[in-house]
Amino acid sequence: MSQQILNVYDMTMDFGGLRAVNHVDIAMDQGEIIALIGPNGAGKTTFFNCVTGVYTPTTGDILIQPPAESQRSIKGLKPSTIAARGLARTFQNIRLFGNMTVLENVMIGRHTRLQAGILGAIFRTRKTMEEEEQVIHDSYAILKRMELDQYVNDLASNLPYGAQRRLEIARALATDPFLLLLDEPAAGMNPQETKNLESLIKRIRDTEDVSIFLIEHDMSLVMSLSERIYVMDYGKLIATGTPYEVKNNPEVIKAYLGEEVSA
Amino acid sequence: MNFQEIKRTLGVALWFVFLTFPIMVIQVRQVDMTIDWRWENMIYVGVGTFVGGLLWRFALSRRKTPGKAIPKVVSEDEHVSLEAVAGTGASLKQRLAALWAFVTQQKFRRGIYIAFAVLLVVFPLVNSLYQTSIMTTALIYVMLALGLNIVIGLGGMLHLGYIAFFAVGAYTYGILNHFFGIGFWLALPLGAFFATVAGVLLALPVIRLRGDYLAIVTLGFAEIVRIVFNNWNSLTGGPQGIGGIPRPGLFGIEMNLSMATTYTYYIIVAAVALTIFVVWRFYNSRLGRALVAMGEDDIAAESMGIDITRIKVIAFALGSLWAGMGGVIFASRTTFINPASFTVWQSVIVLSCVVLGGMGSIPGVIVGALGLILIPEYLRAFSDYRMLMFGAILVTMMVFRPGGLIQKKRKAYTFPVEEERTS
Repeated sequence: MSQQILNVYDMTMDFGGLRAVNHVDIAMDQGEIIALIGPNGAGKTTFFNCVTGVYTPTTGDILIQPPAESQRSIKGLKPSTIAARGLARTFQNIRLFGNMTVLENVMIGRHTRLQAGILGAIFRTRKTMEEEEQVIHDSYAILKRMELDQYVNDLASNLPYGAQRRLEIARALATDPFLLLLDEPAAGMNPQETKNLESLIKRIRDTEDVSIFLIEHDMSLVMSLSERIYVMDYGKLIATGTPYEVKNNPEVIKAYLGEEVSA
Repeated sequence: MNFQEIKRTLGVALWFVFLTFPIMVIQVRQVDMTIDWRWENMIYVGVGTFVGGLLWRFALSRRKTPGKAIPKVVSEDEHVSLEAVAGTGASLKQRLAALWAFVTQQKFRRGIYIAFAVLLVVFPLVNSLYQTSIMTTALIYVMLALGLNIVIGLGGMLHLGYIAFFAVGAYTYGILNHFFGIGFWLALPLGAFFATVAGVLLALPVIRLRGDYLAIVTLGFAEIVRIVFNNWNSLTGGPQGIGGIPRPGLFGIEMNLSMATTYTYYIIVAAVALTIFVVWRFYNSRLGRALVAMGEDDIAAESMGIDITRIKVIAFALGSLWAGMGGVIFASRTTFINPASFTVWQSVIVLSCVVLGGMGSIPGVIVGALGLILIPEYLRAFSDYRMLMFGAILVTMMVFRPGGLIQKKRKAYTFPVEEERTS
């Protein structure tokens, strides 16, 4: 049994009177690919935002255990701190730094793994320069692995849509995460691009040593990619299990297709 | 240009004639209680507006229709050939673009910088005291614009109270000199220090704010600073300000006005050089990149591990530092300061320098500041219409080049890096 790396325990998120996430428990093991699905407005992205620190959950706790480290809570920490702890994410609506180059976008991802301060930058100390050279080198290597090296000096906003999605993943990988949270990575992609994405995500899991947690609407992608699936509706978990189990769960069918009217 | 557009321009011209009728045509002589009807002015306004309007529409239509692609004159190794466009049917615009690319190519760039430096150094030797004095003012604004550019151009934070830090620097020198007799060279770092502290103090409460709210708070901050200086009579001399501030000293050498002006000029040149050097290195550093990323999208930046609080404080501190230093130099130059020098209007001018020159571009804001301060001075020949022409230039600029005179360009890297190391 591999090690548990994420344990979200009894998490609730209230916005005023609205309960967006309702007593949710989700756990995942190292090396897994799991998915969170559910109809629109079910609270999936809110869940992600709670885990990555954009919101602080009302109740419950979020425990992480990076490989070879002890378990600790990340509830209430700043997003930047959580990123430094090894959780990286992408966004449902692409949030790249559009006026920066592709390489710089990835270099931003390395930010949290570097130390250079103001004085180092101004005096160009040897340490800063070595670090800078290293980050350029590392970032380029990531771009190469993600097959984005042809765009290296282009502005991120000028990239084709699929490449922008990939760049977001590349930028997240640059933070050296042990857990990658992908929020609808296939949104807006055509079937061919989705297929490429599927193999890309598998390859990332196998070669980059990260576990992957995705939110996705594209059922074919979810079913073929994820090892376990959580289903959410109105903020509550309504089902969990393997793709096969979830697909045949009456609760899930009800949430997606509505109830059969007995005539 | 079709008939419809000409008709519309005519309409605009007539409307303008109507609007300006009271001020351009009617002139009341209050002494002998008569009215002069200056009908000829009406014709000038009408014809002038009509021609101007036609030019405007023509320029707009030119801008909208995408021109023929400019022939690629810059090849991969930045080797520029003018032959590429010479003799071909290239338009004037293309030729100009090619010429610009030719002049600014890598191998000439160092030469251009040196030429500018030499120009700045010999400037006071070949020009009158008056010119030197104007140039000193302009260079102070260059310094301010470069500082503000860190906050606005890189961090994307609309900061309308920048002049407050300028005031803090100027008053640091004024007050410390008045009460403790502290000289210029000690006041210079102290002014920068206090302005930086003020920058951090302002940054802390505004960290959660962005956009319009940030603009209002910074505006309020600048007013608070000005009003405090205006009313704290025992310390700042109130609206009368502080006079008799000594000019910068040089090992106690007695200097006449001309020498002192030249000397101050060289000090500001050195200060601007230092500003450019530091800002330039900050730009392409880890923290500079983080600041740009935050300006682009703060939520994404935060999720990528950038501590927004820290980077905002750094931006405000580093931005304010140059204003403080500029303030000390300003105080030593004018030898007199009062709160009237530090109104919101001054903040707006510095902001205009940055926006007009090109947000986030160092050469851009330098050109913007020089232009914005020098043009009104050289337009003095047109005395009455000076500010009118100035306004027209600003409007035209923003319509035809909304990104600023010189737009920022992100640094490009060559790959693979291994090759770069060995070459």
